[in-house]
Amino acid sequence: MKEIILIKNGEIALKGLNRSTFEDAMIKNIRRRMAHLGKVDAKKAQSTVTIEPKDEFFDMDAACDIVSKVFGVSAFCRACEIEKDMETIKKTAAEYLKNQLSFAKTFKVLAKRSDKKFPLTSPEICREVGGYLLSKYHNLSVDVIDPEVSVVIEVRDKFAYIHSAQTDGAGGIPTGTGGRAMLLISGGIDSPVAGYMMAKRGLELSAIHFASPPYTSERALEKVKDLLRQMTHYTGRIKLYTVCFTKIQEQIRDRVKEEYSTLVMRRFMMRIANKIAEKNGSLALITGESLGQVASQTLPSIQCTDAVSTLPTFRPLIGMDKEEIVAISRKIETFDISVQPFEDCCTVFTPKHPKTKPNLSDFEKVESVMDIEALVNEAVETVETEFVSAF
Amino acid sequence: MVYLDNSATTVVSKKAAEKALYVMTECFGNPSSLHTLGFKAEQEIKTARRIIASALSCREGELFFTSGGTESNNTALLGAAHAHRRRGNKIIVSSYEHSSVIEAAKELETRGFEVVYVKPDKSGKISPDDVARAVDDKTILVSVMLVNNEIGAVNDVALIAAAARRKNAKVLMHCDAVQAFGRIPVHTGRLGVDLLTVSAHKIHAPKGVGALFVKKGTKISPLIFGGEQQNKMRPGTENAASIAAFGVACDEAVRNMPAAYSKIKELSNRLVSGLKEIDGVVINSTPDACPYIVNFSSMAVKSETMLHFLEERDIYISGGSACAKGNRSHVLTSLGLSNLAVDTAIRVSFSADNTESDVDTLLGGIKDALNTLQKIK
Repeated sequence: MKEIILIKNGEIALKGLNRSTFEDAMIKNIRRRMAHLGKVDAKKAQSTVTIEPKDEFFDMDAACDIVSKVFGVSAFCRACEIEKDMETIKKTAAEYLKNQLSFAKTFKVLAKRSDKKFPLTSPEICREVGGYLLSKYHNLSVDVIDPEVSVVIEVRDKFAYIHSAQTDGAGGIPTGTGGRAMLLISGGIDSPVAGYMMAKRGLELSAIHFASPPYTSERALEKVKDLLRQMTHYTGRIKLYTVCFTKIQEQIRDRVKEEYSTLVMRRFMMRIANKIAEKNGSLALITGESLGQVASQTLPSIQCTDAVSTLPTFRPLIGMDKEEIVAISRKIETFDISVQPFEDCCTVFTPKHPKTKPNLSDFEKVESVMDIEALVNEAVETVETEFVSAF
Repeated sequence: MVYLDNSATTVVSKKAAEKALYVMTECFGNPSSLHTLGFKAEQEIKTARRIIASALSCREGELFFTSGGTESNNTALLGAAHAHRRRGNKIIVSSYEHSSVIEAAKELETRGFEVVYVKPDKSGKISPDDVARAVDDKTILVSVMLVNNEIGAVNDVALIAAAARRKNAKVLMHCDAVQAFGRIPVHTGRLGVDLLTVSAHKIHAPKGVGALFVKKGTKISPLIFGGEQQNKMRPGTENAASIAAFGVACDEAVRNMPAAYSKIKELSNRLVSGLKEIDGVVINSTPDACPYIVNFSSMAVKSETMLHFLEERDIYISGGSACAKGNRSHVLTSLGLSNLAVDTAIRVSFSADNTESDVDTLLGGIKDALNTLQKIK
């Protein structure tokens, strides 16, 4: 029995003349993420993509798990590909869905016939297959309204396909079709969710992390890599830029009034992120800010940090509550990693009473005690890079 | 040397041994230490965890390292029974499980649990219907091995799990996959299991390490208590060197699996056709068994005598499970074999290192043994 994965693409199907660009990107993403499982054949026909394993011991569970996380896939299912012959169709349906049919009480057969030359109509296919399954499984009766098992027969151009209910895909637009953007990631709950949401809209992600050794540890950096690695199940591989931030943070501590320190720090982060983003071809920054969540995320604060950025900054979580963000982070399985208790650069030297309504005009004076350009350039020059990927 | 006792244990692969040495001497820190030596050891464990989780098609957090298959099986049975004791008191295991399952089940009997031992059918497999018949509202756990360690029968664990859950949706499914892991695909999702046991030393990694898969959301109680390691599910400083070696060996096994499988299928066929030409020999493994294991009875020479005769020629096989230490095999008895068949049974188990000439040497040895040794009745 030849088992394949049938993939239906949703929003992509509406893309008109660009459709094949989007489909190809989706297939490329699937291929790349499945490479470690073995050889696969990917084909597209009739707004459906089929993935066919070429190795004997191919892990179909893992493959389905991968497909469920590829943006651009609206629904998918495991299916059996067979000759378009009623005898074969009946027998294969009984055998292929054995594990479900053996124990169910009710079922229905659903036929889709896109090959209109096929001798039987859809209702006739349903009747034939249904009758055969009833004769094979005495535990079954037909329930067309709420069956336990749906047996779906799709008769297409070249082959027939048998499967049961299909699974929802990750939706969205294939990652990489919308250009590149740089995610600022600290290690908390929000930034991975923000990155996930923008990748869902087709962006390819790079990431920038600010580390302050010895105040932050190897494990804190490893935590960031773990978060990114988990995200790559959805986003594909991510290039991580790790900036050594200790010197800047120490100078801020020593020279800047405590109440301004967080915002001055964030302005440095934005300046450095802008420079590195430009170098790596990122057209936007992404942050996990949510309006009013903390002092540095009030509207006046965001105005002050945005003022030093020339690139647009996407803040997909800006209007979301913490619970909504947590729900997504649990879904993409970054939550448990995020809550590991390691110091990150944002929790080092936190002021007791940070300004929540800063004035943009204050910063010129506040920051005049530091050689901004030299510090930013040094940080950019000493940045360390590596690719992170779960595959 | 002709080593054909790979179901008992395997030689440690060079790469796995090198990894163990490297971790022992270079990353010897306590994996829980905050400093960089601890961090390095932790990273080694993490890498191994990632590799093994991927081989089992599960999440990294669903994997707990143990001291081996026996501890994993014990944790699965005793831990599940304890955690779910309020839900019921019935456990179902197959009658030809490894002793670490059977004995854990017997221990549960002394603690007031009812244990049903389901016998294999004529084909050497556990029938899903037989298991389902035994399941009731009080049933907590079903434990059926994937590949039997003595005859190589491969059970349809997915179908057994589905059948059991049909009777009682809350039943936990445990599978001892020690003899299957690294040899045939063991994908936890497809098998439909909540708990699954694997061991390192059957796949060319060191002894003393194994793992238990515990599906996310499945509650089981720990067997031992101590520090914060492995979410307190299995405390104690991790055996980083062996775990790292386990990861390396697992990676090798997964990569070589298709090639190794077809090679061993050929070796196994060669052995079986050779054995069939010898008068009186009965093959106990069915044709659809896992080719890594071939069990047969000479019907003439006692297993132990045969073993020692072959050993003198530097050929190593086994009479049954090494863990039984010479006791009459409960597996073969379970299959309804005659006493003569049980007493003269031989288990040959392959690894990818074996060759056709190994098989031929063994066949020659068996023929000589049957020609020269005193026959029993």
